[in-house]
Amino acid sequence: MLRPTLLAVALAAAFPAFADTDLDVLRAELQEMKTSYEARIQALEARLQAAESQSAAASETASAAAQPSEAGSAGNRFNPDISLILQGRYANLDDIEHRHITGFMPAGHDHGTPRGFPLDHTELVIAASIDPYFDGYFNLALVDEEVEIEEAWFRTTALGKGFTLKGGRFLSGLGYQNEKHPHAWDFADNNLMYRALFGEAYGNDGVQLKWVAPTDLFMEFGAEVGRGANFPGTDRNKNGAGSTVLFGHLGDDVGVSHSWRAGLSYLQTRASDRDADIDDLNDVEAETLFSGSSKVWIADFVWKWAPNGNASERNFKFAAEYFRRTEDGDLLCVDNTADGGACTDVTGLYKTTQSGFYAQGVYQFMPRWRTGYRYDRLDSGSIDFGANNAFLPIADYAPTRHSLMLDFSPSEFSRFRLQYSKDESMENVSENQWFVQYIHSLGSHGAHSF
Amino acid sequence: MKQLFTALLLWLPLSVHAALNVFACEPEWGALASELGGDAVKVYTATTAMQDPHRIEARPSLIAQARRANLVVCTGAELEVGWLPLLLRESGNAGVQPGRPGYFEASRYVTMLEKPVRIDRSQGDVHAAGNPHIQTDPRNIARVGAALAQRLAEIDPAHAAVYQARWKDFSARWEAAIARWQQQAAPLKRMPVAVQHKSFSYLINWLSLREVATLEPKPGVEPSLGHLAEVAARLKTTPAQAVLRATYQNPRASEWLAARANIPAVALPFTVGGAAGADDLFGVFDVTLAELLKVPR
Repeated sequence: MLRPTLLAVALAAAFPAFADTDLDVLRAELQEMKTSYEARIQALEARLQAAESQSAAASETASAAAQPSEAGSAGNRFNPDISLILQGRYANLDDIEHRHITGFMPAGHDHGTPRGFPLDHTELVIAASIDPYFDGYFNLALVDEEVEIEEAWFRTTALGKGFTLKGGRFLSGLGYQNEKHPHAWDFADNNLMYRALFGEAYGNDGVQLKWVAPTDLFMEFGAEVGRGANFPGTDRNKNGAGSTVLFGHLGDDVGVSHSWRAGLSYLQTRASDRDADIDDLNDVEAETLFSGSSKVWIADFVWKWAPNGNASERNFKFAAEYFRRTEDGDLLCVDNTADGGACTDVTGLYKTTQSGFYAQGVYQFMPRWRTGYRYDRLDSGSIDFGANNAFLPIADYAPTRHSLMLDFSPSEFSRFRLQYSKDESMENVSENQWFVQYIHSLGSHGAHSF
Repeated sequence: MKQLFTALLLWLPLSVHAALNVFACEPEWGALASELGGDAVKVYTATTAMQDPHRIEARPSLIAQARRANLVVCTGAELEVGWLPLLLRESGNAGVQPGRPGYFEASRYVTMLEKPVRIDRSQGDVHAAGNPHIQTDPRNIARVGAALAQRLAEIDPAHAAVYQARWKDFSARWEAAIARWQQQAAPLKRMPVAVQHKSFSYLINWLSLREVATLEPKPGVEPSLGHLAEVAARLKTTPAQAVLRATYQNPRASEWLAARANIPAVALPFTVGGAAGADDLFGVFDVTLAELLKVPR
């Protein structure tokens, strides 16, 4: 009883013209009671209707429901989006013992591809809003005897002004392909550039701050600092940042049918005793330990076309990335004379400048069917082993690969792919590779980025 | 560099005083926001009538527009689930995140049809909340309009009177138009139709047409030739008088069936800009009714 009275008083205060007498206060109070009861009766009627329509609809597809305000979605805050990605393949490859890219230090996280019928990583993804201020994402990659947390991070949703802060383990925002998990790649295997640079992709434990400018032209700038434990850096047991990433992206539409994005990224990190096995001048495997700095520049460009912007019928996507990496420090080549090797525990300087690129085009020529071509080319560049020049081979080779793929997606949640590659990433080896791959996604999988 | 910086500085405060930025996911909501906002709003429409609203890429240009938006107006009911959540997250715009006043879902204000009893991917692209193509019933436009006018006033109180006045004006014209359309459509009652996708359930419900066949075997799944032949056979026993599709959909399937069953294939505008003459919300229904009335009965 108190509330309507208070309201009436408030109303009276707000509209003094109507509050000349007590009678008006009473009138207002009565009116308030009347409307409140009317609202309650209406609510009850709506509930009754809802109950009726629900029982009527139970037999078949509900044709109507009377509670539009409860239109919910499958994913909500009590019900995180969970998806599982099943991937496997058939791979027809030559029997090569030490797969590597000639002239490049093997990057840490590279699983290689077994021949025959291997099961690829099964990915488990859980994502949801945490509260009105954050959302969270978790990606677990599972393969026999190996469980790897690929990503586990929180991200702000309420900072505003175009700022987003991400913290935890995440795939770096550098380049174009880096943030994409293998199931979202357009080819059955990684491009040579990312394989040489990071093994698979550059992930880091740390924080990322991103800002989108309030302009018609898409402009995004990001900075990351992190542990830097992954190749090309190493875990170095220190406080402070082990690696720094800076990136910027621009993008826009051209007319209604074309869109593009271009970016420039920079990664700086350090390694301490980074372990790599390479064949020495006697063709004996030698263990090398690198300590020093590693800096990578990446330029990326993506262009997409779809007639009238309607990608469901036909569309085309072109993507290319170029990198340049310089490493500067010392290299120890561990004594392997016992095995007939050339190395004698000498620490010499190590200085390399290497580069490479890939360019790919993927064309959806009719609904559900796509075909694509990718060209990879790296340049072993300049390599200086200093005192170890006497023991280690200096490659002068441009690893290349051509890949051709055809994929069929019965729905947006399933895909089958056939790929042929002519791989010349190892000097004196020309390999014909065949892949048949499937990628299936169960559950509510979030949208893929541009 | 310095010039760019000063340009940015000069430009930033300007944007604060500019009109309310409305980001509309589909043309119908863009048109509605323009009707209600007039000069007080600046409307950006993310998709066109020639695009399938289920399948839009989270393009950089859309992220840039979502970043500047004060109000995002979308259908909801999972229609934009493949791209909108990504746009909103990437935009870094706190005001338009789901649950905030700057996020408006039209489907929350209408009664949804075809709520699935079984939600399973084996049923195709089904939406748990019901059929999201609510804009094909003009009465839904009115319901959404009332809610949108209120929301506009809430986030831009300075222009509340403008929004209310424009809503009143629009509402009066709209109700009159609905009455006119319903009168025109009287002869269409009980007309049996086949549809390519479940795009027109609300239109069919409004005009009391009868949907006797759907060309897609499951929502969002392209019809195969075998399935089309089955539908054609079914039309022999329960004949339809037209095959309806939205302009953005590929005409092949419906034209094949139409030729088989010797009935017209009709492309309806589906939304603003979907056909010549469908330049605003009134035009959409004028053209839709004109096309339907052309069907020989």
